[in-house]
Amino acid sequence: MTHPTHPASIARRGFLRLGAVVAATALLPSKLWAAMARPKEAFTATGLDDTFAQIGGTPEMHDGIIFSSPDIAENGAVVPVKVEIDTAKLPNVDKIYVLVELNPNPLSAMFMVPAGTKPFVETRVKVAQTCNLYAVAEAGGKLYMAKETKVTLGGCGG
Amino acid sequence: MAGRMRIRAQQQGDHTEVKALMRHPMETGQRKDQAGQAIPAHFIEEVTMTHNGNVVMHAYWGAAVSANPFLGVQFEGGAAGDEVVVTWRDNKGETGEGSTKIR
Repeated sequence: MTHPTHPASIARRGFLRLGAVVAATALLPSKLWAAMARPKEAFTATGLDDTFAQIGGTPEMHDGIIFSSPDIAENGAVVPVKVEIDTAKLPNVDKIYVLVELNPNPLSAMFMVPAGTKPFVETRVKVAQTCNLYAVAEAGGKLYMAKETKVTLGGCGG
Repeated sequence: MAGRMRIRAQQQGDHTEVKALMRHPMETGQRKDQAGQAIPAHFIEEVTMTHNGNVVMHAYWGAAVSANPFLGVQFEGGAAGDEVVVTWRDNKGETGEGSTKIR
């Protein structure tokens, strides 16, 4: 940069940094998930069965998935969820999905977990009404799940 | 609304624990305003977390992730002082970024 204080070069720096992140994502040829686009159909599927069909079939129940959230969600708009995998029982998990059965679109989020990252995610989701929540883990191309029933008090707010 | 992100990365024994709080309305597109008009969907679709430039988490989200989304991730191989960056992109093409150093 010949004019490091020029505003344009500052903007460019930010742009280059973002570019570096994008490039880093693209430069992982061994990781299928890097090339995987957002599965729009899975996110717009309505109903649990359709959503399962979009992500690759109905998962088997598995006790290696530790799915936790408060028993009673005081605010359906903000329900904390935590998905942890017991890697001794279920190794090689590379994707984690969070589904809320009775939301307009059950699939809330999917996480692609590279090697070196723990199969663990924590986030917060909206739960429209009392229903089952599912944590789905994909390992070696197979799907496994754990279920939790969530009672929500006043799920308005989307 | 590309607001500021709160992000913290802490070394916890064999892994680094990152907690990020993004600022975003996460509008589902199903709500109506007081005049009965549908509020257009506006939500984060993609989130990427990097550690020293390597992707440690890549996520796709729907509108059911809560407003001002929280993301907690744990990865191995981090050390104090390393940089952790979280970037997001929403359905309107807006982006946001936050970064921190591992403590």
